[in-house]
Amino acid sequence: MVLLIQYTLLFACILSLVALGGCFSEHSGVINLGLEGIMVMGAMGGALTMKYLPNGTSAFVIVVVTIVASVLLGLAYSALLAVAAIHFKADQTIVGTALNMLGAALATVIVKSINTISNPDDHSSIVQYIEQKKAFIININGFEFSWFMLITVIVIIVSYVVLYKTKFGLRLMACGEHPQAADSVGINVYKMRWAGVLISGALGGLGGICYITTGVSEWKFEYGVAGFGFLALAVMIFGKWRPQNIALAALLFGFFRALSNVYFGFDFLVNLNIPSGIYNMLPYVISLIVLAFTSKQSRAPKAEGIPYDKGSR
Amino acid sequence: MEQPYAIEMLNITKRFPGIVANDNISLQLKKGEIHALLGENGAGKSTLMSVLFGLYQPEEGIIKKDGKEVKIQNPNDANDLGIGMVHQHFKLVECFTVLDNIILGVEPNKAGFLKKNEARKKVLELSEKYGLAIDPDALIEDITVGMQQRTEILKMLYRDNEILIFDEPTAVLTPQEISELMQIMKNLAAEGKSILFISHKLAEIMEVADRCTVIRKGRYIGTVETAKTSMEELSAMMVGRNVNFHVEKDEEKLGDEVLSIENMTVASKIHKNNAVKNVSLKIRAGEIVCIAGIDGNGQTEFVHGLTGLEPLVSGKITMCGKDITKASIRERSVMGMSHIPEDRHKHGLVLDYTLEDNLVLQRYFEPEFTSKAGFLKRKNIRQYATKLIEQYDVRSGQGPVTIARSMSGGNQQKAIIAREVDRNPELLVAVQPTRGLDVGAIEYIHKQLIAQRDAGKAVLLVSLELDEVMDVPDRILVMYEGEIVGEFDPKKTTQEELGLYMSGAKRNEVAVS
Amino acid sequence: MKKLLKNSGVQSFIASLICIVIGMFVGFLFLLAIEPSGAGEAILAVAKNFFAYSRRATQLKYLGSTLVKTAPLLMCSLSVLFSYKVGLFNIGAAGQYVMGACACLYAAIMLGWGWLPCMILAAVAGGVYGAITGLLKAYANVNEVISGIMLNWIGLYFTNMVLSQAKDASSAYTYPLQNKGPKAILPSLGLTSVFGDNKYVGIAIPLAVIFAILVWVLLEKTKLGYELKATGFNKNAAKYCGMAEKRNVILSLVISGVLAGLAGSFMYQTDMEQWQVTIASVPGMGFNGIAAAFLGGLNPIGAIFSSFFIQHITDGGSNVDLSIYCSQISDLISSLIIYLCGFVAFIKYAMNTGIAKSEEKKAAKAVAEKGGDK
Repeated sequence: MVLLIQYTLLFACILSLVALGGCFSEHSGVINLGLEGIMVMGAMGGALTMKYLPNGTSAFVIVVVTIVASVLLGLAYSALLAVAAIHFKADQTIVGTALNMLGAALATVIVKSINTISNPDDHSSIVQYIEQKKAFIININGFEFSWFMLITVIVIIVSYVVLYKTKFGLRLMACGEHPQAADSVGINVYKMRWAGVLISGALGGLGGICYITTGVSEWKFEYGVAGFGFLALAVMIFGKWRPQNIALAALLFGFFRALSNVYFGFDFLVNLNIPSGIYNMLPYVISLIVLAFTSKQSRAPKAEGIPYDKGSR
Repeated sequence: MEQPYAIEMLNITKRFPGIVANDNISLQLKKGEIHALLGENGAGKSTLMSVLFGLYQPEEGIIKKDGKEVKIQNPNDANDLGIGMVHQHFKLVECFTVLDNIILGVEPNKAGFLKKNEARKKVLELSEKYGLAIDPDALIEDITVGMQQRTEILKMLYRDNEILIFDEPTAVLTPQEISELMQIMKNLAAEGKSILFISHKLAEIMEVADRCTVIRKGRYIGTVETAKTSMEELSAMMVGRNVNFHVEKDEEKLGDEVLSIENMTVASKIHKNNAVKNVSLKIRAGEIVCIAGIDGNGQTEFVHGLTGLEPLVSGKITMCGKDITKASIRERSVMGMSHIPEDRHKHGLVLDYTLEDNLVLQRYFEPEFTSKAGFLKRKNIRQYATKLIEQYDVRSGQGPVTIARSMSGGNQQKAIIAREVDRNPELLVAVQPTRGLDVGAIEYIHKQLIAQRDAGKAVLLVSLELDEVMDVPDRILVMYEGEIVGEFDPKKTTQEELGLYMSGAKRNEVAVS
Repeated sequence: MKKLLKNSGVQSFIASLICIVIGMFVGFLFLLAIEPSGAGEAILAVAKNFFAYSRRATQLKYLGSTLVKTAPLLMCSLSVLFSYKVGLFNIGAAGQYVMGACACLYAAIMLGWGWLPCMILAAVAGGVYGAITGLLKAYANVNEVISGIMLNWIGLYFTNMVLSQAKDASSAYTYPLQNKGPKAILPSLGLTSVFGDNKYVGIAIPLAVIFAILVWVLLEKTKLGYELKATGFNKNAAKYCGMAEKRNVILSLVISGVLAGLAGSFMYQTDMEQWQVTIASVPGMGFNGIAAAFLGGLNPIGAIFSSFFIQHITDGGSNVDLSIYCSQISDLISSLIIYLCGFVAFIKYAMNTGIAKSEEKKAAKAVAEKGGDK
């Protein structure tokens, strides 16, 4: 039971972080379908950082440096989307898809190369971080508290405050709803959209490192992040693009994802004799069902996905 | 020394490829006056204002503020100079509150955090001072157009703008709202604001403006004081001739009933109330019936309900004796209903298709154009398109293979009319068929409508232009807030009388004939 | 020359070439960064693929292998481009492909069906799977990209579950058809001997090309294509003139699904590869289809060449010196190419404005010269 709660919370953290990333991007008017790729890049940045931090580095330093690396890499990678979508009016769906594939390929190539260079017989795309990972976790009576839980709560609160209580948030949302109106009152739409995409990159990167430190101590980068970037988008849609709702939606989705990890810990579930494949499918099936019922009255930012052209009024 | 003008635009020339939109136009706005800018659609009013607001750079001419020359490169420069503008299409974020919209871009803040209480105080003060009633916490999507406009005005006042531009502000308002706006503008002028009022409505200009500058076809015609002129004189300046171009037509020869609508109700997409309420009407062969009214009074939804684009909440439609209430769009079309849509880009054309493909959009499935195996008969399509292009004088760069997007608005509209009229429909529904077109094209389209009527067809015209409403139809129905509030014979009524009905000031219980 | 440049097909071709050159170049930069000494050789290995072998027979054999995988890739890219023409982004092609594979392998191994029924079942499975996305899009307004991705994962786990029955307990792979379902292997049509005794070469290759032509005919020559494209360009106009836009959305995704489902059949019924039931990520075939579709300028005939090119460099990737580099360098290049395809509209726009400007200058010059003459 404790395990179930622990995993639910962890998966909810990942989904919240990434969904909030998508939320910032979409509020600025750019659809970020590349979150999956961004997560992979963030995860790679964090994993490699952990790998190269010397043994004996204090836990605090490990946590901070790893997170900073993930965030920076996610942020840098999202710039590829920003350039294409904001300045070259590229189709955001194509670019997002390309970023997902590129993220997986890039991470695999980089990690494999690093492994092969250090050991010519090692052609795997695996990074290990057994010791370092412990820095993220505090064991409280069998419940493994992860610093990511705290960070996520902070990010949710900060996101709420930024979106609804600051000048920046007001301007950002104006750009996603009615960029012409924003432009007419002197707001630089391009700048705000850059900000939205970069924030999504940072949060996506953070979600990525959180993902690969959940439950495991090594990661094989050929696997990517199993559609979590897209699950996060479903969470975002279900959460109606609002941080507080996103947090709740993430808990729901996280629960079903956690079930597939720990269902064998529950006798009655094991007795049902359902193949593990069903549990694996569950989060995706649930999200499809949820989307089917919520998409009709979805209140997506009105101008999302439409490149802004200063010339047209 | 004479007091300098608040804004002077001197000898402005702005060219676009193939057209001189503004040809040596000058406009001088005094401090504290209401100055009207009068001209027909396409006369160059919007271009001139866009130059002033920094959206376009003129090729020639200078702009002076308080006697000093200034450069306005973008809207921010205009803002800095205290120039504000209420655009014809409001620039408001629908899901924001009134207050958020007002402060957007100039948010009072402390370290980035909004200080909304401060803003609210200032907004409420301004609202009181100028008599601009608003609810600062209402969402834009929930409030009336009038309140949205007041929000736009407060946006300018909040920024302490001194020069206020109103671009066709009355087009979307009800008469009460118009008279309120007139009062507001007078208040603003009395407080020392200088106002530029863009319009082509003479009565409003006479009522509210101190002076009026008239432009025609991109050229400066003159500036007059409204106190020393008359509507007739202004009108003559605006159109360059004494307009009375009456459409020639014979007496109508009424035939059988073609369309009968009973108690039609259609839901609104914008608000929770029904957009069309309990409308009943009948149209017979050989007559043109016009639905007149101010924009946004349910005409769009009425047409969508009639043509099948939207389902009815309740009511019954009968065409040529058959109940078509539940019929699909295609079924109605095949039965003889043609539809010239309001928005030719949204509904009327597939802009990325060629002209010929657009010309068969309503007929491509007929055996003439599609073989039994489902292949298009390209040769027949080409032949048919060529015939229509010739017959209806649709001009385009490459004939049938021109991409529709690259054609001029007038020729796009001609293509739609060719397509819809050539199907020889029993009922032609024409929604604002002349919107945004030049005089030549308008005349052409009116002739086509009348030719249909004379051929014994029924025509339903939906129009916002009073001239068109008076000239073309045989019968006028006025729609106000989704209801038919009056029926008139165009020979026996006046624009003034129609105006009263369109504005809801008067209404009859209409006995549908 | 100018006239040629104005032609949109020529522009697409140039734009694709630009994408390829930049993609390869950036890939080369990565190779350089990993290990400068062998980078030139490695990028050549990627570009050459089977040409790297000196013997003609071997070359043909490996060309055959590339072609065998080009066939399913072409089907996937047709699936993607078909729905894109109708305004839908069928990222779910990957899942439809998986379902197609699942259906044909199950029928082949467990039911012992012949090759044609297996192939048809795969097409049906893909079509049904595509229909789910279509129904969700048409009736519940669910973004087809997100539902497509969800269905990809569902399809993957489903297939792993189903095909677990069609394998030996000791192996992670399904039985080779050769042993447990020889009837389901696609006929070779005698092509085997042409391609250096490559026994996997067969009917799938010409079939895929025929499908490309069929898709072209469907889109360009038929009433249905006219309707579907009109729906893609302008949904509102399609509704206005009485086309059933919801039906068109569903129908186009069903057709896309059928194409992708057939891709699954074309891949696994050659028996070249077996399904790995422990696989934890959706096979890349469907995603590479996106690359091929866009690289081919969204033209079915273009897709034939672009699919071959993508498969060519993918296979070439395994020829790099694996003690230094890894084969995923090809994935890197193809995903870069998709990214660059996002800029194609801009490249074309730049070409057109360039042409217009030079024409304007010429015209101005001509006017000036005329003036001089007077």
